[in-house]
Amino acid sequence: MMNNAVSIRDLAVDRGGRRVLTVGELDVVAGTVTGLLGPSGCGKTTLMRTIVGVQRFTGSVSVLGTPAGSSPLRHHVGYVTQAPSVYGDLTVAENVRYFGAMVGAGPDAVSAALAAVDLTDVTKQLVDNLSGGQRARVSLAAALVGRPTLLILDEPTVGLDPLLRRSLWRFFAELAASGTTLLISSHVMDEAEHCDRLILMRDGLILAADSRAGLFARTGQSTAEGAFLAVIEQGAAA
Amino acid sequence: MNPQMTVATAGRVLTQLRRDRRTVAMLLVMPSVLLGLMRWVYDDIPGLFDRVGPQLLGILPFVVMFVVTSVATLRERRAGTLERLLTTPMNKLDLLLGYGLAFALVAIVQSGIATALTMTWYGVDAEGRGGWALFVCSASVGVFGAATGLFASAFARTEFQAVQMLPAFVLPQFFLCGLLVPRERLGSVLNGISDFLPLSYAVDAMHESVAEGGLTGQIGRDLAVVGGGAFAALAAGATTLRRQTP
Repeated sequence: MMNNAVSIRDLAVDRGGRRVLTVGELDVVAGTVTGLLGPSGCGKTTLMRTIVGVQRFTGSVSVLGTPAGSSPLRHHVGYVTQAPSVYGDLTVAENVRYFGAMVGAGPDAVSAALAAVDLTDVTKQLVDNLSGGQRARVSLAAALVGRPTLLILDEPTVGLDPLLRRSLWRFFAELAASGTTLLISSHVMDEAEHCDRLILMRDGLILAADSRAGLFARTGQSTAEGAFLAVIEQGAAA
Repeated sequence: MNPQMTVATAGRVLTQLRRDRRTVAMLLVMPSVLLGLMRWVYDDIPGLFDRVGPQLLGILPFVVMFVVTSVATLRERRAGTLERLLTTPMNKLDLLLGYGLAFALVAIVQSGIATALTMTWYGVDAEGRGGWALFVCSASVGVFGAATGLFASAFARTEFQAVQMLPAFVLPQFFLCGLLVPRERLGSVLNGISDFLPLSYAVDAMHESVAEGGLTGQIGRDLAVVGGGAFAALAAGATTLRRQTP
């Protein structure tokens, strides 16, 4: 149990009178990069928001050993939404400094976060004047600045330049190696190659949750796309 | 509550405001221009602006600050920064107090300009240090307007709802504050209601400032009600912000 950053039992989320997410049992292993893969609208964001504590739910969701949404967790969990949520009329540095102030981070942590996302040469630019990819990185830096133990990233690499995407995945792996747990969603199945563990989702259900190697071995596949299809077909056959 | 987060938020809001020069210009100049217009309207009725001017000095900052702040947290909601802030250790009251602090500074400058013009160019006379007292009252009511606007903005979920808050929160206070009809002639029911509306105390304090020519204990008590109303509005606004969505 101790090596699970997130532990979910019998979770259900209803929205507008409709069940949008059902999870019987799901763990996110600490110190890993866990990919949350599935098509758009399958419930990835809802699952992430539940773990972060901004989504109402029934069931049991334990995050870093305490119930999801409890206030001490807000010091340890970083959340980056899919749409960059930063202030367009502030500069890059002002944004990261402000969100840093909310978690008690000093100037060193601000510089480190900006360096990590490769924004050091645009720190004085207004976010409104940046490209979409740069904005997404400001949003990421604003979460990194608090040095969270658990980092929840909703589609952080979508639309980014391949070179940058590669460097971000390397950075995520470094974070995981230093003990941070990362839960990263994507609707691009190929992103699975960067993840230690995979959670496959479809229609508000978890199809599979396993190490990448374990999942590929079990399904006899070598890609996440193949594994995804195999799991669905196995489910249909059973 | 965490003073550091409140101050960081106030600084951030002021930085954003500084970049929006048009809004700053409107905030600082609008009450003065409107007062000048009223002065002109009453030009041929001697003595009337001397009574109405000081009271307007209390009402216009209230309205102008309300309008600006009533969309403030909605902007955060739309940009997703509100949800992000609510996932940080920040207390909800820190956010609203930060906004309140930033707009309080704006209100002070705004009222300083409006009071100075009223006492000089617009020709309102007050005994002794009445002008100073008027400035303190005007700034207080500006802060109250900002706080009420922030409450409305936290309460509203969309811009459509936010603009409806102006008639709902501002106009009743305006009708009952004693500007149109002196409060003692409102009748017992309306007078009783106006006792619960902070703007009434602000208008009383403005009136007293001119009559007494300085700050008195009564003005202090009236302004304490206005300040208390401002804090209550911010606290109520903070409780209506929800960390969790259904």
